[in-house]
Amino acid sequence: MTIEKKISKKTIETETGVSRRGFVKGAAVVTGAAIGSGAITGFPTIWAQNIKDVTLRQFGTGVSNINAVADKVKEDLGFTLQMTALDSDAVAQRAVTQPNSFDIADIEYWICKKVFPAGTMQPMDTTKLKNYQYISKLFIDGKLTPDSEIAQGTAPHTVGFVEGADSVEFASAPTQWMTLIPTIYNADTLGIRPDLIDREITSWADLLDPAFKGKASILNIPSIGIMDAAMVCEAMGEVTYGDKGNMTQEEIDKTIAVMIDAKKAGQFRAFWKSFDESVNLMASGEVVIQSMWSPAVAAVRSKGIACKYQPLKEGYRAWGGGIGLAKHLSGLELEAAYEYIDWYLSGWVGAYLNRQGYYSAAPETAKKFMSEDEWGFWMEGKAAEGDILSPEGKVMEKAGAVRDGGSYEERMGSVACWNSVMDENKHMVRKWNEFIAA
Amino acid sequence: MASDTSKRSSYFLISPMALIFAVFLVIPLLTIVVVSFWDYDEYRILPDFILENYKYLLGSSVTWSIYLNTLKYAVLTWVFTLLIGFTVAYFLAFHVRSLTWQIVLFMLCTIPFWTSNIIRMISWIPFLGRNGLLNSALINLGIVDQPLEFLLFSDFAVVLADVHLYTLFMVVPIFNSMMRIDRSLIEAARDAGASGFETLKSVIVPLSKPGIAIGSIFVITVVMGDFITVRLMSGGQSASVGLQISNEIGLLQYPAAAASAVVLLITVLLIVTALLRLVDIRKEL
Repeated sequence: MTIEKKISKKTIETETGVSRRGFVKGAAVVTGAAIGSGAITGFPTIWAQNIKDVTLRQFGTGVSNINAVADKVKEDLGFTLQMTALDSDAVAQRAVTQPNSFDIADIEYWICKKVFPAGTMQPMDTTKLKNYQYISKLFIDGKLTPDSEIAQGTAPHTVGFVEGADSVEFASAPTQWMTLIPTIYNADTLGIRPDLIDREITSWADLLDPAFKGKASILNIPSIGIMDAAMVCEAMGEVTYGDKGNMTQEEIDKTIAVMIDAKKAGQFRAFWKSFDESVNLMASGEVVIQSMWSPAVAAVRSKGIACKYQPLKEGYRAWGGGIGLAKHLSGLELEAAYEYIDWYLSGWVGAYLNRQGYYSAAPETAKKFMSEDEWGFWMEGKAAEGDILSPEGKVMEKAGAVRDGGSYEERMGSVACWNSVMDENKHMVRKWNEFIAA
Repeated sequence: MASDTSKRSSYFLISPMALIFAVFLVIPLLTIVVVSFWDYDEYRILPDFILENYKYLLGSSVTWSIYLNTLKYAVLTWVFTLLIGFTVAYFLAFHVRSLTWQIVLFMLCTIPFWTSNIIRMISWIPFLGRNGLLNSALINLGIVDQPLEFLLFSDFAVVLADVHLYTLFMVVPIFNSMMRIDRSLIEAARDAGASGFETLKSVIVPLSKPGIAIGSIFVITVVMGDFITVRLMSGGQSASVGLQISNEIGLLQYPAAAASAVVLLITVLLIVTALLRLVDIRKEL
């Protein structure tokens, strides 16, 4: 899933004022001057008074731009977090072309690979984050457990660190300078309508099974769609890949050729681009098998329609996002941003995200904010003892339900490939357009 | 001397319009043309002068099939909106006698247009779907035993939605032209022994030509540049030029999008020029 839950521009604000920003800048200057003059030695005391006046502008894809988070920030930290949700293309665009329009960018790792080298963001000093130690190893060295294999694609740890404070070169091993603090991630697979399919679905290859002719769908976001297509082609044995996250031209051509054949044979009912489209296709029965995102499956189920997020033997396609700092942040605002990011890792948000079916970057801290039953259902793959509620209090699963795909380790441990941006991106997009136009 | 002053004052009088055109039309267009020669990578556009964008665009078979597809939608939509639009306008102009009723019925035609065109388009989806109203009705009536799949996410659906959305663009100018036709001409035709069809062919159609041309320009330019109808109604399975441009913008490939836009602009201008050759709108207005 790319984190574009809804392609709608909405601004979520708890409290805001344009003039406030001017005041914050002023306050920051005063603070700086006060420290510079040596008049005040206890820096935290002075910002503790001023921090209420800080407004941080965060923009990003819909999934993690949650109103409740902004409210909780106000309550716990005292300052205002103003959120804007955009789709992932717009996010990448804005991060590069309007560097002063945001303070905190909430972007996906594959977008980070495109955006960070443009020099509009600054890395974070991990020594300033006391919760850094709790971040899942997946984001540090790519290994969930010491013996797990590193998946293909833009694995978060490959773009997670840079060489130094002013560097835009990604580091090959963890350093003190982190590009993004991971926020949300998940493992995607095919969604199916078990009531309309009368056999076991076990492989990505089933997407192109002629039995589902005219009833299959794939997402039409080239950089992600190509990955699902590659999972399918590899499972069918039609194409073998060196790295599905960074294909050669030949691999791309072969993959697209397979997909064009399937399209011409009438395999697909439609292609979808937004979250809502995928829900509607599935709920209306137009499609019975398609690439899908976890909350979309939940949305179909909440209509009382059977829908399963089917684990497949080849593994999952994973995605992840994180928050990073704008280059222009300094002084009080920068301190507030660090405070916010450390708070993000401290567990409340993590629990909130886990309850939505995503995963928190620091599972240990999130555990403290979840009941044993919740933790068992979402993270350990156990059957729910009571009803499982969404963060808003809606019943998501009845007692006895088990999460599709099982535990955190089972799901995140069998990631085959991460969402990515390829070196041959231009070529890939052109071939993808051929597929759509075919 | 006097003519000099009047010349100067007329320049002065047209300057606000010229300025608006320059700022909002000429400069943006020139920018698009300039950018279409630039280079780009993943996240940046690089000022340059390369022909690669055009070379790829004009050399790729995808472009040709996309243009063919877009033209197909444009022509089909044009034919149907013209037939329906002309009929509706004819009915309003010549069969409805009282002005009050003409206004009432004309308003009735426009009411659907008070809602967003996205809503009007999307409302077709549950109607035409596999388990939609139409298929359920057909199956219950025993007319078909399998749902008709071609109704939704197909070329049929795209053209249907386009016709539904844009017929009014045809009705209004044709109706306007027809209302200007001197009724005595029709009486004269009848007196001279022309049948209803002959009157239509030799009097009404020729005199409605400006309206037909204006309506055609509206419909064709809108359909040629459309992307949202094609995306939603074809279920993302068909491409159009507009959709291609929108995809390129989404992927930050501005120079490629600009090149596509320039080629589309030239194509549409050629079509409009051809239409204007057939009908001299200025003379007829």
